[in-house]
Amino acid sequence: MTLDPATWLYPTPKGLYCEPGDFYIDPARPVGRAVITHGHADHARPGNTAVMATRQTLDIMQVRYGERAGENLQAIDYGETISINGVDVGMAPAGHILGAAQVILDWQGYRAVVSGDYKRATDPTCTGFQVVKCDLFITEATFGLPVFVHENAATEAARLVASLDASPQRTHLLGVYGLGKCQRMICLVRAAGYDKPIYLHGALQGLCAYYTTQGVELGELRPVADEPPEALQGQLVLCPPSAIADRWSRRMNDPLTAFASGWMRVRARARQRGAEFPIIVSDHADWPELLQTITDVEAGEIWVTHGREDALLHQISSMGLKGRALALVGFEDEGE
Amino acid sequence: MHAFAELMNRLAFTSSRNAKLELMQAYFRTTPDPDRGIALAALTDGLNLRLPFRRLVAELLEPHVDPVLYKLSRDYVGDTAETVSLLWPVHNEDAPVPSLSEIHETLQSLKRADAGPVLAGWLDALDANGRWALLKLVTGGLRIGVSARLAKTAIAQAFDHDVADVEEIWHSIELPYENLFAWLDGRADRPDPGDTPVFRPVMLAHPLEDGDLARLAPAEWVTEWKWDGIRVQLAGNGRDLRLYSRTGDDISKSFPDIADAFSGFSGVADGELLVMRDGDIAPFNDLQQRLNRKTVSAAMVKDYPAHIRFYDLLFHHGDDLRALDFTARRKHLEDLLAVNEFSHASLSEVIEFKTFDELTVLRDGARDANIEGLMLKRIASPYMAGRPRGHWFKWKRDALTADCVVMYAQRGSGKRSSFYSDYTFGAWRTGEDGQDELVPVGKAYSGFTDAELKKLDKFVRDNTTDRFGPVRAVKPDLVFEVAFDAVQPSSRHKSGIAMRFPRIHRIRWDKPANEADHLDTLLTLVAQ
Repeated sequence: MTLDPATWLYPTPKGLYCEPGDFYIDPARPVGRAVITHGHADHARPGNTAVMATRQTLDIMQVRYGERAGENLQAIDYGETISINGVDVGMAPAGHILGAAQVILDWQGYRAVVSGDYKRATDPTCTGFQVVKCDLFITEATFGLPVFVHENAATEAARLVASLDASPQRTHLLGVYGLGKCQRMICLVRAAGYDKPIYLHGALQGLCAYYTTQGVELGELRPVADEPPEALQGQLVLCPPSAIADRWSRRMNDPLTAFASGWMRVRARARQRGAEFPIIVSDHADWPELLQTITDVEAGEIWVTHGREDALLHQISSMGLKGRALALVGFEDEGE
Repeated sequence: MHAFAELMNRLAFTSSRNAKLELMQAYFRTTPDPDRGIALAALTDGLNLRLPFRRLVAELLEPHVDPVLYKLSRDYVGDTAETVSLLWPVHNEDAPVPSLSEIHETLQSLKRADAGPVLAGWLDALDANGRWALLKLVTGGLRIGVSARLAKTAIAQAFDHDVADVEEIWHSIELPYENLFAWLDGRADRPDPGDTPVFRPVMLAHPLEDGDLARLAPAEWVTEWKWDGIRVQLAGNGRDLRLYSRTGDDISKSFPDIADAFSGFSGVADGELLVMRDGDIAPFNDLQQRLNRKTVSAAMVKDYPAHIRFYDLLFHHGDDLRALDFTARRKHLEDLLAVNEFSHASLSEVIEFKTFDELTVLRDGARDANIEGLMLKRIASPYMAGRPRGHWFKWKRDALTADCVVMYAQRGSGKRSSFYSDYTFGAWRTGEDGQDELVPVGKAYSGFTDAELKKLDKFVRDNTTDRFGPVRAVKPDLVFEVAFDAVQPSSRHKSGIAMRFPRIHRIRWDKPANEADHLDTLLTLVAQ
């Protein structure tokens, strides 16, 4: 008889807590010991005392938070196992962004995998997702509806490059999440043959510089800074999604506004953002990838966090598996 | 189909007129016949498909999708065609993608029993955007913000022609318009419309600006009332009769009573479409009941009888009168109406005057809601397509105004995407609790300068009380003096009224919000 995992791994107001190990995974508030799946701000928050994560996730936290990244930072490689109070903690690539990991917990012969955010599609900026067979799999459900099927990312990037060719009079202003999506889109348009300089909003520069130190080739990048509107005409400019609706974007002359996100799949969402050129590229698993992964990990029990749990739980039960909604605080899906 | 799907998709997300024109021009230049002709028909609303595709699509998807997941998806997406395009379970990339003309040709002879498998085969061969475009095409109503007029403008500009030259033959040519494109490409002469009652581009007026009158000699001008209906053109060759809107849309089907009343009409006449009961013009709101209807009931025709008040004649039988002056054309018009004694027809009265001062008095004194003001027409002018300068002027009555309080602001699109530029404003009324409350009475996004827009945008950002997606609620602190042409009763609005052509007249930074107008004041302005 196996132990009910909910007796030793459960949500608390501070986040998902592993009781025997006395640590939290991606805590929403500062804690004594945190294990972090990846560097996005809703997963990696500042102010924890001891932090365990991959080297790259720790680097990203330091780029973003400086000293507030944590007092005691401990790096752990993919494939390595470190014991915390008798719980074996391991890391496997999640394919989400640079450094993103699934956290593997082994305790008393029971294996739980906390996937964090993940995707199965290839991404030149990070290590691909690795299937880890387990007893309990905790999955995200950001795109937990069957309408969410992302497009082929290379094809989407090629559409953007084609538009840059077809409308050379318009600045192409692309809204991207600053960590991961930004660098992935740059790699994708480079692979599609775009070799002109790419202009960056100030908020994107630091992380792009970090990615290049990790061997991710981004080509020539220039700050938008005080470039006059004419200099940006016909150029590709990347900025955080919020900057497009912000006063910042007024320096562009009649820009063509593009957004790269899984949300762009649904027209009403794309229009709500004011996207003139929606690009359906996401760093989260789409519906087929969610189902594929749930099948691949062969877990008897699936817990579902942040996103559209209803549809995914319905699907899990029709697959004959045990599912549960895990109400975790503090995660956002809007920034994707 | 791929290029058409990409065009539909881009147009659906593009708000600027110029950007839409560019997308369409590129498509028409690079797409071969007959596909581009089918696309043009789709954009100008000329594809008539008879099968109940909306129901078919649901039937086709049913066996593939769990009903719970379908419902959750449909609720989230909010549009059935889009939901189906996203949930369609197959994409066979090896299947040949059907061309637009192949789709069109197949649909012409398709039987109901075969429709399902045929449609399913196409859906299998297309990607999500292709499926969406196909479903929009077959279920009717593209709803991508392109009018027939804009599509015609795009083809004309794509090949360096004047849109008026396209309009003049438009209603004499047929799908897939190969002779049209042959002419546009320079491979053939312009198709000859023969005696088909085609649309002739109308002559439009400029608004009369301050100081214009001082430069005009009264003896060179005639004046008529400016009626508050819609501008139409009646074209007939004695057998066929068509009624066109001022943009050249064929609206004959919405007005069977006009077709009956003018049977045998031969010529092209310019006039105002009105609803007339017992010799009295009904309010514009009544006319609105008759517009944009695909089918018209007998009750509708009886309750809202259509009438044309004529003011010009472009062709008398087959004779082109457009080069003649106003007096000569008018004589032909009077003769035509006198000979035929059409019912549902009247002649726009020419108002006698000696000085413009007399007209000013007349215009200011006109309180009839069906009169928008006066038209001034230069006697010597021929009838010219478009809006030539110095020939016709519209001299509208002063607009009505009201002081309203800004309640919500929405971000604009295109150049205005970082600005809160669309404003919903309200008037005060006494709420159920006895306290004054604001109720929305209209929405406007014009009437201010760029500098004022910047200031308004800042006001919105500094005074936001709530956010709903791209909309912000603001503190009721800013008053607009709103100008509008009329107030109409409306059951669709909470306030019970709708403004016609509201625009921001002045921004009253100085005026306290509690001194803005009360809803009762607006109610007294409702056109009787």
